[in-house]
Amino acid sequence: MTARVAIIGVGQSSFGKRPNSSIRDLTFEAFHEAIEDTKNLGRMDIDASLVATAAGYDKQRSPAAVIAEYLELNPQPTFLTEAACASSTVALRTAWSFIKSGLHDVVAVIGYQKMTDMTSEAIQEVMGRAGDVMFESPFGTSMPAYYAMFARAHMDAYGTTEEDLAKVSVKNHYYSQFNPKAMFQKEFTLEKVLSTRVIASPLKSLDCCANADGASCLILANESKAKKFAEQPIWIKGLGLGSTAMSLASRKPPFTGFESAQEAARQAYTMASIKPKDIDVAEVHDCFTIAELIAYGDLGFCKREDSPKMIRDKETHLGGRIPVNVDGGLLSKGHPVGATGGSQIRTLVYQLRGEAGKVQVDGAKIALGHNVGGIGMYTTVTILEV
Amino acid sequence: MISMGFEKFGFVSYVSQAKIGEFTEYLKKNQLMGTKCKKCEKVYFPPRGDCISCLGDEVEWVEINGDGKLVTYTEVNFAPTGFQEDVPYILALGLLNSGQQVFARFSKDVSLEQVKSGMAVQLVPCQIDEDRVTYEFQIP
Repeated sequence: MTARVAIIGVGQSSFGKRPNSSIRDLTFEAFHEAIEDTKNLGRMDIDASLVATAAGYDKQRSPAAVIAEYLELNPQPTFLTEAACASSTVALRTAWSFIKSGLHDVVAVIGYQKMTDMTSEAIQEVMGRAGDVMFESPFGTSMPAYYAMFARAHMDAYGTTEEDLAKVSVKNHYYSQFNPKAMFQKEFTLEKVLSTRVIASPLKSLDCCANADGASCLILANESKAKKFAEQPIWIKGLGLGSTAMSLASRKPPFTGFESAQEAARQAYTMASIKPKDIDVAEVHDCFTIAELIAYGDLGFCKREDSPKMIRDKETHLGGRIPVNVDGGLLSKGHPVGATGGSQIRTLVYQLRGEAGKVQVDGAKIALGHNVGGIGMYTTVTILEV
Repeated sequence: MISMGFEKFGFVSYVSQAKIGEFTEYLKKNQLMGTKCKKCEKVYFPPRGDCISCLGDEVEWVEINGDGKLVTYTEVNFAPTGFQEDVPYILALGLLNSGQQVFARFSKDVSLEQVKSGMAVQLVPCQIDEDRVTYEFQIP
């Protein structure tokens, strides 16, 4: 067994509407940046590639094969990992296992999603099947609707307000100005966020992330290869993965957290032998504003009922107790489902290397990534250290 | 139990064949039915064709009392394909007094202003059109 596993290179494409880019172009962009980010890693040094995407957004079947072909990663092993919006960090966990077991030395995790190639009608059809298609989708569910039901429960239980939710959007959009790969890169006032149209009450348009095209790439290596191929390896200190029932009806109340995230956090903190207070910077899965408040509680950043206070007191802003989503988050970067987890990890790697520019958290040593699939059916928690 | 007719369930359905397909026939007859494990007697609603509690694979139909309370809800203004003409509609999660949680829509005559978490609700069978059936929450 190898001692430690490191991330030696990170890359991502620009996120957003990419009308001139296919899944090949997007993954090439991310892969190219990740290779350049390493110290002279060659393509043939990559022993295996894991491709991560959520099914049904583009027509390519068995996409790992076409991505590996386009990036010339044959004849090494490749296959697809699917865990909805958590696909790329579930793949990261598998890559870690491959390396830790000694099966492979260097593994690439390539996440992508091409979401704007479909007609609006077709994408809405896919969206309608996001839940349990037997007993929930037949009523007209959507991701915003499910998260809205969690938002309602959060408001009823803890007195969370629509302003509290909007403050998450204001924070994350503010920081996106400094992220050249984000879809939006502009700030919005609280009044603006609150005045956007209601998608599923109480969630409004700017409480929701946008569909986007994009890709991310993470290259992992064992300790000896990491020292050879990286100026500054970033070590994987803790990993967690949990699951929750897909149907809302099969879950236990209160509807203010995800069992999958609580389990993933428990595993990751235990493996890393750290506590939530040790985290210097975090990326959490803010597909909706409510999802960020839910994450504060699930990750133990505060008591569940104190999560609205955490955003009101700016504890998750730069300079606060635990800066969260200072790269703009999903809310402003856009959410190319299969690429998102890898993009979060890329941000954290930059933070730990001290390369995060205007949003750098001074002296960041330990970082946490939280990536949720669907309505919390899968959650990964990844803890990194420099 | 024979496989039949699950494509008749809900406003738009995505599954046609299921062990509990007969469920839609009961709804059509205005009956809210769940399944009960013949071995350990655990009751399921929505129905299951097998029992995950004791792994029994024989279940029988039993009538379900639809009385319960509202857990959480949302009013949907932006709907997926096939549901656009229905907006706005209220999706809800209810807890039946018999212990099962159920996901359904509120009846069309219920407005958002009338809805509050914790309120009493009643789940009742509902005929959508000639063919299609479902269940919905009403205010008792």
